Amino acid sequence: MITLLEARHIDKRFGGLKALSDVSLTIGKGEIYGLIGPNGAGKTTLFNVLSGAYAPDGGEFVFNGAALPSAKPHLVVAQGIARTFQNIRLFRELTALENVMAGHYLRTKASVFGILVQNRHTVEEERLTTERAYELLKYVGIERFATATAKSLSYGDQRRLEIARALATEPQLLALDEPAAGMNATETAQLKLLIEQIRRDGITVLLIEHDVKLVMGLCDRVAVLDFGCKIAEGIPSVVQTDEAVINAYLGGGCRHEP
Amino acid sequence: MNELASAVPWLGRRNPQAARWLIVIVAIAAPLVAVLFGRTWVRVLDFALLYVMLALGLNLVVGFAGLLDLGYIAFYAVGAYTAAFLASPHFGVHLPFWIVLPVAAGFAALAGIMLGFPVLRLRGDYLAIVTLGFGEIVRIFLNNLNYPVNITNGPQGINALDPLVLFGWDLSRNLEITENLSINSLFLYYYFFLACVAGSIVFIQRLQVSRVGRAWAAMRDDELAAKAIGINTRNLKLLAFSLGATFGGVAGGLFGAFQGFVSPESFSLMESIAVLTMVVFGGMGNVAGAIVGALILSALPEILRHLAVPLQQTLFGTVLLDPEVLRMLLLSLAMILMMLLKPAGLIPAHARYSHVEHLKRHGVSR
Amino acid sequence: MEIFLQQLVNGLVVGSVYALVALGYTMVYGILGLINFAHGDLVMVGAMTALQTMLFLMGAAPGMSPLTMLTLSLAVAIPVCMMLGYTMERLAYRRLRNAPRLAPLITAIGMSFLLQTIAMILWGRNYHTFPQLVSTAPLQPVAGVFVTPIQVTIVVGSALIMAALIVLVTKTRLGRAMRATAENHRVAALMGVDTNLIIALTFVIGAALAAVAGVMYASNYGIAHYGMGFMPGLKAFTAAVLGGIGNLGGAMLGGIVLGLVESFGAGYIEHMTFGLLNSSYQDIFAFIILGLVLIFRPTGLLGERVSDRA
Repeated sequence: MITLLEARHIDKRFGGLKALSDVSLTIGKGEIYGLIGPNGAGKTTLFNVLSGAYAPDGGEFVFNGAALPSAKPHLVVAQGIARTFQNIRLFRELTALENVMAGHYLRTKASVFGILVQNRHTVEEERLTTERAYELLKYVGIERFATATAKSLSYGDQRRLEIARALATEPQLLALDEPAAGMNATETAQLKLLIEQIRRDGITVLLIEHDVKLVMGLCDRVAVLDFGCKIAEGIPSVVQTDEAVINAYLGGGCRHEP
Repeated sequence: MNELASAVPWLGRRNPQAARWLIVIVAIAAPLVAVLFGRTWVRVLDFALLYVMLALGLNLVVGFAGLLDLGYIAFYAVGAYTAAFLASPHFGVHLPFWIVLPVAAGFAALAGIMLGFPVLRLRGDYLAIVTLGFGEIVRIFLNNLNYPVNITNGPQGINALDPLVLFGWDLSRNLEITENLSINSLFLYYYFFLACVAGSIVFIQRLQVSRVGRAWAAMRDDELAAKAIGINTRNLKLLAFSLGATFGGVAGGLFGAFQGFVSPESFSLMESIAVLTMVVFGGMGNVAGAIVGALILSALPEILRHLAVPLQQTLFGTVLLDPEVLRMLLLSLAMILMMLLKPAGLIPAHARYSHVEHLKRHGVSR
Repeated sequence: MEIFLQQLVNGLVVGSVYALVALGYTMVYGILGLINFAHGDLVMVGAMTALQTMLFLMGAAPGMSPLTMLTLSLAVAIPVCMMLGYTMERLAYRRLRNAPRLAPLITAIGMSFLLQTIAMILWGRNYHTFPQLVSTAPLQPVAGVFVTPIQVTIVVGSALIMAALIVLVTKTRLGRAMRATAENHRVAALMGVDTNLIIALTFVIGAALAAVAGVMYASNYGIAHYGMGFMPGLKAFTAAVLGGIGNLGGAMLGGIVLGLVESFGAGYIEHMTFGLLNSSYQDIFAFIILGLVLIFRPTGLLGERVSDRA
């Protein structure tokens, strides 16, 4: 297994609260890796540090062998890590197509001058972005809503749109924050198929989820966080029976002092 | 043009082609109609076009990028005073306009970047105040830099700016066609400004339907999400700021040459607010809205000015509200009422940021 | 040395006025996250209303003592400003509480200009002489510094008012309700606080402070006109940010500091820039400070306290 992403001793503090304590994990290329744990365990915080929304107080992420820039979200995306949000953050006034096209921004180069004169390179690039965005909408199954405004889409379709937009950034690692939240059984099953397809197409997936069935059926490995510490890591069936994990969900605390 | 066409009431929806032609015809015929009421009205139209340019520029900053700039008029001032320095008897320098305008644009853009750099990471309301401060600082300097070294000639301003000379055509002189027929300079300026405005519209619409336009829209909608898809919001804000400033600078250069003199009075906070009101009134983020807002809110005060004085004389025997006051009243009410009643403006933005035509073969249409 | 002390006194006087106005800004910002652009113009309304009252009294009761006249003028100006503040909140700001970010700000700007325009209509564009009812004749110089009764009144008066405000906010139920609403509207409402009332009250108290500040400012300089609120308003906002927006102590500290900086700056600027800039550039200081604070220490000297808008 080639390592794609490594978290090394990540610490994050918010005032007096230690949100993450010495969290380390390794994600291999082509894996579907799950991050689970009770509410408030620090999962989204870890995502936020990874994606550059916050700088860690200690430790670092290493991606493809190089340290990931901290607190610079757009650079992290440029390196190849794209994320979605727990509470869906789409560009509500733009159409579905435009949302995905926006994701392609950082991979395109047209300059203001080119846009002004509409030179061949600019026109070509624009056409390419439009086509690619449409392909991605088809990929996630919502191409019929291409010209609909994002806010008019149903909840499940909005989630898929967000994934399509993240894919437009051409990531190597796709980080999904509770993609199945609020979905019913059918939608969840479709999501599972989509994620598996994404993996088959060469993208590594990191996923925060509460839906145990989804995690068990989908993830190659999982890590469990509780009170900011990693308390278990391994294949789902093993982690499921780990005593510390059971304690975390039913009671008990963290060995590290905050 | 599509978006402009669809802004035309009634006709815009039914027959955009016809609406487009209507706009062109109205634009070309406007001064010919106005002159029937007196030549001053053509002058009003000329200034209206300058305001349109300003509104388009500010719309880039406020409407496209979502940055509330309350000191926008400072860029207008930079453009105007650059023209005054480079093409007037003040320093005795008389460069031709095809040098002056780009230099004015360049200085304005530079000012935009210098202001933008430290200031763009501030949140909305703080940004507003700091830009307001910047506008005021510029005005104070313009007003006071006449001692110990006279740079700006202080409150008196600078006179006798060179008029616009296009390929040997002096726009401030009437154009003689035949012995008896000549085209008044006000018309000449009108059509030149119209060409500039048309060019600006093309530029802005191309920007809108491009990766930059989408990125701005994304940033305005949800800055955090925009960063999360790799958009460098800092640079985009700087771009909006400096492009907006460039528009202001060009308009300023044109203004200086047209009016023939510049003074700090023309660049007060009131003017910044006036331009902002035009953008807000017409509809933020919306090219058609900015144009409509600018046209209405620059022409209406003039109309009122001509009606109000005689009207009040007949009704009350004296003038209670002089035109300046009326203008301020109109603008402040317009701003407040718009925000309360129709925050999206007269022409709500149904902006589009993609060429859906590229997908015709997939059967996708608007 | 004398210049220094003189400028110190001037700075304290102007700073006290800034502090009073800054309190209004900071309270509203702390509770609503809104810069009430029109607040500075309330200062103007206070001064103009007082002026009008004084002129009326001088005509109708010429024998009245200056102190009574001043008190009556305040008694008129303060309620007028309070009502104006309440009206603005009720008619405009309340409706925009959930509007997109720029809308309340733009409305506030519109309000500010509307107030100025109305003042222009009522009182014309000219500068009016403001009766300086508290004497401006210098008292016995102390250490070579001249202090006038009006200056003393301003500094002492503001200090008393600020002390009263602090007591109100920290020791009364109302104050507690205000602090709770400032921290988090929704939760305060859930705890039984009538947040609409508290917000209205915040505006009203700020308006009252503005009225007093207006009378002080006009008395100090002897002039009043329709645009007099703009600059002090802007500077007071700078003071509020300097001290830490939302933070009452910060507003007071910021006001005094700004007043001092402005005073020393105006006094020494010609020295410092070798004659290049003179004291007509004085207004710039406030803006420069604002810029510096926001770039280097955006939370202000004492830290900001803005509500948790869930």
